[in-house]
Amino acid sequence: MASFISPALAPTFRALAAAFVPETAHATDEQWLVLEETVARALAARPVALQKQIALFVRVLDLSARMRYGRGLTTLDPTRRTALLEWFARSPLLRFRRGIWGLRTLVMMGWYTQLGVIAALGYRADARGWEVAR
Amino acid sequence: MKPERCDVAIVGSGAGGGTVAQALAPLVAQGKRVLVFEQGPRFLDADFTGQELDMAGALYAEAGGFLTADGSMTLAFGHGYGGSTIVYTGTSLIAPKRVIQSWNVPGLDHADIERRSRRYMAENGVRLLPPNLINDNNRLFVEGAARAGFHAEQFPLNLRGCKGSSLCNLGCPNQAKQGTNRVQLPSAERQGVEVITRARVLRVAERRLHLVVSPRPAGGKGTDPEWAPGEYQVEADTVILAGGALGTTPLLLRSELSGLSHRLGAGFTCHPAHILVGEHPRPISNDVGHPKSFFVDRAAEDGYVLETCMYFPFITAKNMTGFGEPHSAFLRAFPRLQMILVLACDKAIPDNRITVDRNGNPVVHYRFTDAVIESMVRATRASARIFFGAGALRVHAPSADPPRLESTDAPNLDQRIHARHFRTGTISISAAHLMGGCAMGRNATDSVTDAWGRVHGRPWLRVADASLFPDSLEINPYLSIMALADRVAEGVLGDLPQ
Repeated sequence: MASFISPALAPTFRALAAAFVPETAHATDEQWLVLEETVARALAARPVALQKQIALFVRVLDLSARMRYGRGLTTLDPTRRTALLEWFARSPLLRFRRGIWGLRTLVMMGWYTQLGVIAALGYRADARGWEVAR
Repeated sequence: MKPERCDVAIVGSGAGGGTVAQALAPLVAQGKRVLVFEQGPRFLDADFTGQELDMAGALYAEAGGFLTADGSMTLAFGHGYGGSTIVYTGTSLIAPKRVIQSWNVPGLDHADIERRSRRYMAENGVRLLPPNLINDNNRLFVEGAARAGFHAEQFPLNLRGCKGSSLCNLGCPNQAKQGTNRVQLPSAERQGVEVITRARVLRVAERRLHLVVSPRPAGGKGTDPEWAPGEYQVEADTVILAGGALGTTPLLLRSELSGLSHRLGAGFTCHPAHILVGEHPRPISNDVGHPKSFFVDRAAEDGYVLETCMYFPFITAKNMTGFGEPHSAFLRAFPRLQMILVLACDKAIPDNRITVDRNGNPVVHYRFTDAVIESMVRATRASARIFFGAGALRVHAPSADPPRLESTDAPNLDQRIHARHFRTGTISISAAHLMGGCAMGRNATDSVTDAWGRVHGRPWLRVADASLFPDSLEINPYLSIMALADRVAEGVLGDLPQ
């Protein structure tokens, strides 16, 4: 698992990822590996304090799920998981909104930069441009 | 620390630094030594892979994810031989007369900016793309704008041999954009100017620079630095700072030169922007062709500009609001997506400024004023009308809640898209036109430099980049930076002993 988060929290991170980008729920092991490595590399270039904040925020989200629904994010049904994340995303506290924005952006970075994934979306940009498009 | 000596030291090699380097290059034939220090590497043609993660990490500071102090906006600026001209789209507009007049800088008039801009337009091969090279994404913008009652104008572009890769913002893989890395810097080097890459200037002292040259990291893109890695102290008769708003201003702030204007760092503006996408019923050509060929200019009337754009999957995903299935559904429609970039014309206010942290790194404080939010909302409504006018089935509008608008919502856009939904930290806002911090003006009480970029009280020190702008330019800035840099070079030449 990526170094920014403890192995114990790894399943929670994956549950979050599946809420942010539903396609990741069906990701192969290799796709997960690439996603997590991409996120870890991106965070490694950031201050340690930020890495700790993100790991802490994942714990806060999991704890909130337990307090509100009596179960952690990994076993929470997708509808409630999304509702919880939406609540944080709409929080009056900028810190919470930023936390959700940051986490979902990291997941999207890990997913929407994978060549197989973007090819499946139909993204076909090519250095040869019109030459291959016509 | 290794000592070096030169007559002119230029810090930065983008639109400002590259222009100054070329303009001062004839000095080399007169026996002068002109050095350019660039923080980033000198890229090889083969380095431009067009892959988003790979190129964003190589070309942009913090991979394009530099955050403002409160984390509500990301700022994109390039590093490398050519600076941000490596990653722009080549849009070449002359500064509006009303903007230059509103700056009210004694000694700066629009006619002079226009004359110099036109010279660089000719030098950079600026032209309009022919109709057969306009893709559907751009064509639909023009059609939709006409149906929605807006006038779309075509961007003049500085392209030679554009193949339509659509990858401008990741560095052109075909070397078609005529940035300073393709035109001015090679010209300067042919005349004997020395460009030293991977050279980060740490401090400026009295006619002296302290800098560090770093080695090429293992497996890293670009060439080795021209100087051996290590620390250098460079003495220079004239120093020209052209590292961009987030290069020059922090450099001066951490240098602690005595007596600089208290205005240093003030007046930061950036044209806050976000992306809207419209989904069409059929595939359109969007990821081929120049991405930014047309715009709607409502700056004077409504405080915004709309530009066509086409971004890559991650940047698109990041810039859309929300997450989950509604968000993913738009991404799955990628071949059917039309995109518009909304830019607000922000104004310099006291809250928005550049400072440095205890390590001397830039910190940008930015507050979204009600006026900027209203501009973005108006721009979003206009964009939605253009999308629907072009035949889009649905639109993703960041300042709507929920952000997904169906074509049946078209009559109610004023209600659906509203300032109350503009929530920082939820909406993705980014900016790439970073301006101000070393504003031109009358004297040290109201500005950092005079109209020729000379720092008040320090005739040996000049600024030649977008940090000179006293307020927002309200258009894409590179050509105006070149015009101002040309003035700076002229000023340097004028100061030399005859």
